[in-house]
Amino acid sequence: MIGRDLLGIEDLERSEIELILDTAERMQEVGRREVKKVPTLRGRTIVNLFFEPSTRTRTSFEIAGKRLSADVVNFSSGGSSLKKAESILDTAKTLDAMDPDAVVVRHSVAGVPRQIADALEAPVINAGDGAHEHPTQALLDLLTVREEKERIDGLTVTIVGDILHSRVARSNIYGFLKMGAEVRLAAPPTMIPPGVEALGVKAFTSLREALEGADVVMVLRIQQERLQDAFFPSIREYAATFGVDRAKLRYAKDDAIVMHPGPVNRGVELSHDLADHRPSVILDQVRNGVALRMAVLYLLAGRAPKEDQP
Amino acid sequence: MAQDSPSQSEAAEASAGSQTRGVVLEDAAIRRSLTRIAHEIVERHDDLASLYLVGIPNGGVPLARRLARNLGEIADVEVVVGVLDTTLYRDDRASRGTRPPLRRTEMPSAVDDRIVVLVDDVAHTGRTIRAAMDALMDFGRPRSVEVVALVDRGHRELPIRIDYVGKNIPTRRAETVVLRGIEDDPESPLEVVLLSAGAHREDDREDGEGA
Repeated sequence: MIGRDLLGIEDLERSEIELILDTAERMQEVGRREVKKVPTLRGRTIVNLFFEPSTRTRTSFEIAGKRLSADVVNFSSGGSSLKKAESILDTAKTLDAMDPDAVVVRHSVAGVPRQIADALEAPVINAGDGAHEHPTQALLDLLTVREEKERIDGLTVTIVGDILHSRVARSNIYGFLKMGAEVRLAAPPTMIPPGVEALGVKAFTSLREALEGADVVMVLRIQQERLQDAFFPSIREYAATFGVDRAKLRYAKDDAIVMHPGPVNRGVELSHDLADHRPSVILDQVRNGVALRMAVLYLLAGRAPKEDQP
Repeated sequence: MAQDSPSQSEAAEASAGSQTRGVVLEDAAIRRSLTRIAHEIVERHDDLASLYLVGIPNGGVPLARRLARNLGEIADVEVVVGVLDTTLYRDDRASRGTRPPLRRTEMPSAVDDRIVVLVDDVAHTGRTIRAAMDALMDFGRPRSVEVVALVDRGHRELPIRIDYVGKNIPTRRAETVVLRGIEDDPESPLEVVLLSAGAHREDDREDGEGA
């Protein structure tokens, strides 16, 4: 069984990750049916509480909830009193009083989902908090890799890009390490968090070395606004050095797959060609995201109230 | 992971805290029951090409496979066998707040206009059959639906009729009936065991007792 909330991969045991992935595999079958809906969360309410704009993740959670027959309510910063300087916890507590069965939280500040989880009765699912974690993204990446490679143990996974600012990278580092993969990071030195090797990963400033023998190449999105902060000299230079294209991909294993959490800056971190074609599996990641979030909602939403649990 | 069957260890776990009251159906008896049921199915239907056996995991799956083989031997038909997990359709899980692991669902062809025969190991409250019928309707519109149960232990809570019964076994509510010894190998011997009242496992997942 897994815990009450899903706040980060750092908190999960390997067996819990496996339970989520196995459950997601069953949910994939529901997504392939003509009637893509099962009644298991009928009468349950899921609140998407997004303090930071997101269309993809929010839509994915929304579809996931609806395929399980839950009622899904979106509460985003544009259309709520979040702009009226209502405090985060006040908003969350107000929502809690409406008795949701799960609350999905995204916020630009690390740690906010945990703060909300501590204040709420309902289970909280972190949909991304600052540069901290984005656990459902890492889990859907693990699911996609397991589907492609039929294992995770023993694989070499190279994460390329702005590791320092990436919650996706952080969650994936924890996830792939816990599942027994070797994790390498490739980025300009300014984008590698100091001391990251202590987690058990290898950091490279040469993409070529980092790709040598890789089974999975995970490319991160370059946030163009980071340019102003002078983390790297120019987009063009970044594309030339760390942008992944077919020529550079030759350093990885012949059957290596390419992943990206989306949306892709085409021609920057990933070539146009790779953004659309095998061996990139970007749309599979999106498809698996729905099944994975169905699994998380199934396992967390609508369990017995807090005080009844041991 | 892919648990298609209550393994030996799972059955052993189920019986922890319970007392085995003994084997109520041995492999030979199970074989005889399934052969008889296959004959009954052939007797009842002219259009055997429309048959579609659907096993309910875990116990129903190997029974459905055996039944398909029997039908092949008796009537020279190749019967489609599907696997349908009912967990996401159950009415008792949500209210109790438990989240049992999901099992595999594999429906190899459409059920529209087919004569669907649901196969379960133990018929009990009727709730699993009810859930299976709901699930089935999401896959299409069968011409008709019938039910096979290797064991009918009574205590129905819903108006569900079992069309083909292997053996009626009177039980008390607190008892548990499990089919065990199932491996992926369809040849492996099976047995049905009656367990006396004891501590139910926490997730309340006695296979075969599922009703």
